[in-house]
Amino acid sequence: MLFDTSTALGWTVITLLKVLGFVVVLLISLAFILLADRKIWAAVQMRKGPNVVGAFGLLQSFADFIKFALKEVIIPAGTDKGIFILAPFLSLTMAFIAWAVVPVAPGWVVSDLNVGILYLLAISSLGVYGIILGGWASNSKYSFLGALRSTAQMISYEVSIGFVIVTVLLLAGSMNLSEIVEAQAGGFWHWYGIALSPITLVMLPMMVVFFISALAETNRPPFDLPEAESELVAGYQVEYSSTLYLLFMIGEYLNIVLMCSMVTILFLGGWHAPVDIAPFTWIPPVFWFAFKALFTFFLFAMVKAIVPRYRYDQLMRLGWKVFLPISMGAVVLVSAWVVFVQGSA
Amino acid sequence: MDLAVLLPAVAFYVFAGAAIAFAFGVVSARNPVRSVLFLIMTFFSAAGLFVLMGAEFLAMILIMVYVGAVAVLFLFVVMMLDIDYVELRQGFADYLPLGGLLSAVLTIELIVLGASWHISDKAQELRQAPIDAGQDNLRAISEVLYTDYAFFIEAAGLVLLVAMIGAVVLTNFHKKGVKRQNISAQVARRAEDGVELVDVKPGQGL
Repeated sequence: MLFDTSTALGWTVITLLKVLGFVVVLLISLAFILLADRKIWAAVQMRKGPNVVGAFGLLQSFADFIKFALKEVIIPAGTDKGIFILAPFLSLTMAFIAWAVVPVAPGWVVSDLNVGILYLLAISSLGVYGIILGGWASNSKYSFLGALRSTAQMISYEVSIGFVIVTVLLLAGSMNLSEIVEAQAGGFWHWYGIALSPITLVMLPMMVVFFISALAETNRPPFDLPEAESELVAGYQVEYSSTLYLLFMIGEYLNIVLMCSMVTILFLGGWHAPVDIAPFTWIPPVFWFAFKALFTFFLFAMVKAIVPRYRYDQLMRLGWKVFLPISMGAVVLVSAWVVFVQGSA
Repeated sequence: MDLAVLLPAVAFYVFAGAAIAFAFGVVSARNPVRSVLFLIMTFFSAAGLFVLMGAEFLAMILIMVYVGAVAVLFLFVVMMLDIDYVELRQGFADYLPLGGLLSAVLTIELIVLGASWHISDKAQELRQAPIDAGQDNLRAISEVLYTDYAFFIEAAGLVLLVAMIGAVVLTNFHKKGVKRQNISAQVARRAEDGVELVDVKPGQGL
């Protein structure tokens, strides 16, 4: 009764357990992903990075967490207190609930929605509010300018992300994320990003466009203008301290890992092994998923270390004048491919 | 009571109650930014009601379009207004008679309408099965939208395109004498175009 999905009680219990599992695994892996980010960044700059707390600095994130949690929460005078506190919670909640539709292995998903991708787009458009409200409620010019920049940037790049996703939807013929992954089964030559077919000439550039847009969407370098420390101090986060700041940061990193998972699901075949034969299929699907997502995160970290920051007008030009026309053209090409080549075959 | 009946019922009353409470917040909040926030929460509750009815596609589109785009623009505009909050609070008594009259008329109209409204006997059946049960509603909507109503949706697209072009034309003007970055000229520029190497003889100068 308690663990039987056909009854309402069992379904509720199992869903709650799944949610708990996702949250715990995500938070713990986030601690090490944060460390990996700093380590990779340090290695590129020939530094050692955090190496004091625990062996190789493995416990650094936990030390940081304790430090964040124990500091005093400072709420500056003149802030809109309710919204000031609400904003980081909103940011974190939106980052977490987006994971509800992400399938990490066959059946390992909290909610297998038919409109999974639309759900992700809707939630990511809600994520903007945490930032803009935090920036506005701080009652500081730096925060407000940072929030406006960030919002404009996220809205701009969401458009091209939307069109890139449409190309994948057309090929997979479904908005359900599990079905999109299933459509890429049977070896790496079926993955949309690197498929061995003429459509790759369109889809490989689309994967690059999605990757770069994901950098901009998550405010990562080279598009970290909202936080540009040389001009805006730290953008919308200036007035935040202690646990409230920590919530913003966890939300930001959760979104980054979500984007890595999205690249994995849409272009790299999700949980599928690269070759469908014995030694590769022994490894459980969830490890393949994690491996691909972490590889994408490695690329995110390398970009942070290597590429200098964009100027704001260049960022807008890239989003609206380069990526948008390219991705719209790709939608036309892919739909023509689906109708005239796949349809007639 | 059975959980399978109880959970959707609880969810419905939570979303419906929240929608009404937030809608009241929109008109009663003193701070316009809070008004917009209440409006966003109202949209969000309405999307929750759509999900309960099994119209998840409409719910997602509602959130993406209204909450993700329209309300952000509202918020931008309202946040950048230069508002004197003290002045806003005055004048409540001046507007009370007119506002009270308007709302009284609207309430009477609603009551008259509600009392004389006759619900068809077949309405309930139509409501329960708007689409085939086995079909997800994304497919169901698109099969109607792009077959029977194809010309209407194209006409709607055309109207939106005209409106978009109109908005661009209205706000687009070029200032004379503004330096603009020409990316292709910058990329095409070579060292020979910008730097001239001169072999200067000692004691002569250029």
